[in-house]
Amino acid sequence: MSLLFKGRPQGASDARIGTVQTIMAFFISHLRQALGSLGELWRQPAASIMTVGVLGLSITLPSTLYIMVKNTEKISAGWEQASEISLFLKESTSEASAQQLLTRLNTWPEIDTVTFIPADDALKEFQHLSGLGDAIAYLESNPLPDVVLVAPVEKHATPQAAQMLLDKLKQQREVDIGKLDIEWLERLYAVLDIIRDLVTLIGGLLFIAVVLIIGNTIRLNILNKRDEIMVMKLVGATDAFIHRPFLYTGFWYGLLGGLIAWVAVILILWWMDSSIQAFAALYQKDFAITGLSGSALFTMLGLSVLLGLVGSLISVQRHVREIEPK
Amino acid sequence: MIKFEQVSKTYPGGQRALSKVNFHIEPGEMAFLTGHSGAGKSTLLKLISIMERPTVGRVLINGHDLNSISRRQIAYIRRDIGMIFQSHQLLMDKTVFDNVALPLVIEGYTHKETTKRVHAALEMVGLRDKARNLPIMLSGGEQQRVGIARAVVNKPPLLLADEPTGNLDPKLSMEIVRLFEDFNQAGVSVFIATHDLGLIARMKYRTLTLKNGQMITDGLTDANGEGWS
Repeated sequence: MSLLFKGRPQGASDARIGTVQTIMAFFISHLRQALGSLGELWRQPAASIMTVGVLGLSITLPSTLYIMVKNTEKISAGWEQASEISLFLKESTSEASAQQLLTRLNTWPEIDTVTFIPADDALKEFQHLSGLGDAIAYLESNPLPDVVLVAPVEKHATPQAAQMLLDKLKQQREVDIGKLDIEWLERLYAVLDIIRDLVTLIGGLLFIAVVLIIGNTIRLNILNKRDEIMVMKLVGATDAFIHRPFLYTGFWYGLLGGLIAWVAVILILWWMDSSIQAFAALYQKDFAITGLSGSALFTMLGLSVLLGLVGSLISVQRHVREIEPK
Repeated sequence: MIKFEQVSKTYPGGQRALSKVNFHIEPGEMAFLTGHSGAGKSTLLKLISIMERPTVGRVLINGHDLNSISRRQIAYIRRDIGMIFQSHQLLMDKTVFDNVALPLVIEGYTHKETTKRVHAALEMVGLRDKARNLPIMLSGGEQQRVGIARAVVNKPPLLLADEPTGNLDPKLSMEIVRLFEDFNQAGVSVFIATHDLGLIARMKYRTLTLKNGQMITDGLTDANGEGWS
């Protein structure tokens, strides 16, 4: 309805067409603008590819790092419960007192199994496995201590509980050194935490960069269309109407960039697969790398589209307003 | 239709473009606004289309005070005013059809309705067969008529023209003015700014004259104007 002239029909809503047709016209107009924006990208392939490429690669880096962290977590998750405590007994400990210790430990409710490895057995095993062979025979005395391997029951196998058990075991007078096999796992987790923070940080910085790049690209588009925007304002276009094609451009940048990132991640994983297999073989683990799941893919595409939209939104809000007919 | 009440406009920097302008143009009237270059004609038209805001005073269209129109509402005001410019303001990379259709596309008309109205508007200005051409392929007079078709395609009750005959020879100028007369006879209020005195002299329409930002005659008290030569 006209603001100045009561009763003067204005626009589709007053042009004596039905609600359904009005809604249809709205969607057709949107579709036309969306396709128009895509067509414009198509007509300037060099500039579009560069913008889309920057966006795609900026999303590829954090996505790949994210997959690495996820996979490392997956591998290590299988090892967490395998914690085992090694107790190295004092050299002065006699066989009899070692046996006493074993009997005592067997009564502890936290402990599942206790295995005693006498120093002699340990030496034989070392001789066998190390390949030093006869060289060891020249040793005057056995340098290895007796070892007791303690496997906690499942309830006490978590890192914290196992640590408490270790502290208790260390207080036994026969024990010289106690070592929890889970310590390295805790360090790994600490490192993973740092890497995860880094992924977030790098991702955040890259996302800000993407928003700025898209914003600047859209700003140049707006300046290129200065005359057209001016004419549109003269014949009564609202800001929202003028914004729309630019927002669609941002949307397409985001979507195409996201697809590029997706392809890039797949290629990187494929390329790294063989080295990861070799690495996993060293640990005698059968391990298949997990790629992007369906939901992660949609998150990535969604994020990319969001970045494109935010960049263009910031740009149109600032720059379309500045263009006024003179 | 258009009413100015004690309107003054001072641009940032102190340049005084209009001072205490009063006049009233009735609905359905056709009037000319004249004066030297720099007398304030363009500023006066810009106040009507809200490209500028008055420093002091009120501008009213159909009784509505434009001072109370917010920035967001300006677009809707411009849909009620058909505007024609000396420089045409056509989109050179779009066809004549697309140029004329622009106001309708903005207002969300259906494709069918748009086509119908654009062809009717082009018919009125005699450019029906040029719909698929680019403006660059047309002569100056034809380009101006495309601008006019665009201004009237959504049937606004008010037409504003700023030097519409600026670059045209007398014969073409007359054709353009005849077009405005046709619209005026259909009930549209028409307000034309021009410094083409020869053109005005051949007409018997009301003429308002600006000099150094002041309205020296509003064309009602003295039909011949007071002569500003």
